[in-house]
Amino acid sequence: MNNNPSKEQIMFIKSLNRTKQAVKITRIAIFLLFFIIWEIAADTGVIDPFIFSRPSSIIVCAIGMLKDGSLLRHVGITLFETCVGFGIGTVMGTLVAVILWWNSFINKVCDPYLVVLNSLPKTALAPIIIVWLGNNMKAIIAVALLTSVIVTIINVLGGFNNADKDDIRLVRSFGGNKKDVLFKVVFPSATPYIIDALKINVGLSFVGVIVGEFLAAKEGLGYLIVYGSQVFTLGYKQI
Amino acid sequence: MEAIAHLKNISLSYHSPKGETKALDNVTFDIYDGEFLSIVGPSGCGKSTLLSVISGLSLPSEGTVKIEGNRKSAYMLQKDHLFEWRSVFSNACLGLELQKNLTAENRQKVHELLKKYGLEEFAFKKPSELSGGMRQRAALIRTLASQADILLLDEPFSALDYQTRLTVSDEISKIIKKEKKTAVLVTHDISEAVSLSDRVLVFSKRPASLKAEFKIEFPDNFKNGISAREAPEFREYFNKIWKELDK
Repeated sequence: MNNNPSKEQIMFIKSLNRTKQAVKITRIAIFLLFFIIWEIAADTGVIDPFIFSRPSSIIVCAIGMLKDGSLLRHVGITLFETCVGFGIGTVMGTLVAVILWWNSFINKVCDPYLVVLNSLPKTALAPIIIVWLGNNMKAIIAVALLTSVIVTIINVLGGFNNADKDDIRLVRSFGGNKKDVLFKVVFPSATPYIIDALKINVGLSFVGVIVGEFLAAKEGLGYLIVYGSQVFTLGYKQI
Repeated sequence: MEAIAHLKNISLSYHSPKGETKALDNVTFDIYDGEFLSIVGPSGCGKSTLLSVISGLSLPSEGTVKIEGNRKSAYMLQKDHLFEWRSVFSNACLGLELQKNLTAENRQKVHELLKKYGLEEFAFKKPSELSGGMRQRAALIRTLASQADILLLDEPFSALDYQTRLTVSDEISKIIKKEKKTAVLVTHDISEAVSLSDRVLVFSKRPASLKAEFKIEFPDNFKNGISAREAPEFREYFNKIWKELDK
């Protein structure tokens, strides 16, 4: 590193920082502007505050719900269900992927089923699941699981199959068996894929939980949204 | 010299839904203890298959492979295949680990090998922090540490740029001689084969069969490696092999 950067370098760094700052400020400005325009529009009657609500009443409503603890309870329930669905989905999906990788016969047999299951709108199955498992948390977690597990299987298996063939040959030539190949090559090299699958899964589980709560819950954010639209207190819904 | 591996009448065919491909046709030769043997032939003639047969990873359709006295073989491939999720040291231990032979004593040996060949300070770095030549050296140490007697080199230098390739191949062949290992090198580079080997086997187009055998000897002052390329005999051997090679 040069201790005495040239004038040009200083200018360059300065302009770099300026751009960074401008990006940050613009981001926040857009955020604030959105709510200000919304509030003004509601005030002047451009939009009907009864249907579209307004930021100020949302804040009031949120504070009220925070005070009586109901907001935190609903958020907590939803979070819990998402985490459980996500955890089970990831573990189960990875296990199934391992089985499919291990046995190419099972893999070939299951392949068309996986494609079909993956293209199925899983959330549309939520009502059936609720009929099967009852109107309770079990059903909601099952919906979350269903939405995430197939994608996990497909992603992780894709990662497994992407392992370098010669890496495997190397392990084999040292006398390694299939288990060694799995744990020393395939798993570590698929780790980035597994992490990607996890990222997608959190989102999918969350969607699954919300949809489940739409239909079956007495608590949770999804329930709150449905309840809110039914009793027309849109403040609820928009939190 | 004592023969440590005998390949007798080896034939091998690959089967696929589209049909049968014969890769090896009635191949017979011996490998001698401590020699550096090169196998040259046109691309895709089945040279790599031959290594695979020697290692025991592929079974021949016909013929027998006999390795004397429980000797083990280990691969060195075109790329170094150091695992990025392991340190250099842990990569070097891979062979021992897979052979369930990773004792404290053997760990010490790996450390000594790394030290001997100038990789000590990189032992706990990631492979990506090493240069191309160092990576090949680390891969060689991994092979050496596994206590294999026969090293199977499957075009280990072909992924390197020309300059690195000359130095690395010279270095690697010297290490192999020093550790008194037997090496079987598969290559399509005639000058590489001539400069490094004690013996060169020339194979035909697919299905590969043994066409010719050359014993390579240089005067003492040229020795093997880079300087061999300057010996008057080098050109001679090169031309002889070139003539034998199917084009």
